[in-house]
Amino acid sequence: MSEDSKHLEMTLETQVESVNLAEEMCLRVAEAAGFGEDDCYRIGMSVREGVINAFHYGNEERPEKKIHLALDLTPDKMIIHVLDEGKGFDLKSVPDPLAEENLLSTSGRGIFLMRAFMDEFKVVPGRTGGAEIIMSKKLPLPGNPGMNGKGSQGAAPKKEA
Amino acid sequence: MALRATHREAAGVTVVDIGGRITLGEGSALLRKTIRELLEDQRTMILLNLADVDYIDSSGIGELVSAYTGVKNRGGSLKLLHLTRKVHDLLQLTKLFTVFEVYSDETTALRSFQ
Repeated sequence: MSEDSKHLEMTLETQVESVNLAEEMCLRVAEAAGFGEDDCYRIGMSVREGVINAFHYGNEERPEKKIHLALDLTPDKMIIHVLDEGKGFDLKSVPDPLAEENLLSTSGRGIFLMRAFMDEFKVVPGRTGGAEIIMSKKLPLPGNPGMNGKGSQGAAPKKEA
Repeated sequence: MALRATHREAAGVTVVDIGGRITLGEGSALLRKTIRELLEDQRTMILLNLADVDYIDSSGIGELVSAYTGVKNRGGSLKLLHLTRKVHDLLQLTKLFTVFEVYSDETTALRSFQ
């Protein structure tokens, strides 16, 4: 990490309240970094979905397990890491929520939303044996807080970074 | 902001006025409880007024879908009214616009149940 970069990390309990806490903290960093309102919404939602994924699927809502959240603010982007203590998962096994047969599913849209709202998204094996979600958003261009990365909420999700 | 939900009757339809965030935890739970109580009360024509809902996450989307299928399975109908921009865009992104009937005018929405 260069001198121009900032790093922040926190360990969260496996509980519903951690979802709001993580979202609020990342929103503050995103606002301070100069992201506009729409991008802050997308970043906040993606962090939320990442932590929900760790809480529910990774740690299976088991309170003895932790969720590890880290933020890196580099000169050109904000990078978010969400690490759980579960068994890991393969992105290819996640059903497509836009498929006709899944439209009425009551779950399974979190990964899709993170892919749609962030510029880069991938899942790697974590150091704790669980899954580590790594996603990033390009910092706004000077004077144009909305003109960075994906300009539309309706943008199609990207494939794995 | 915590979720709020109140309901009223209009032209044989139960209009549920919802405000706040429909998210994992209390928000989703309140929506689930509200729909369950309406169904127990044999009210199966339901219009969800989301004018004051400024935020929905994937859990909230799941809860809306669950409400839709729950009402439909009881022979009823659940429709949406007054989506905010963020909720509108989210339903479009997730293709749920092809599932839900969405209205921007309450009179038109109520008439659609006849």
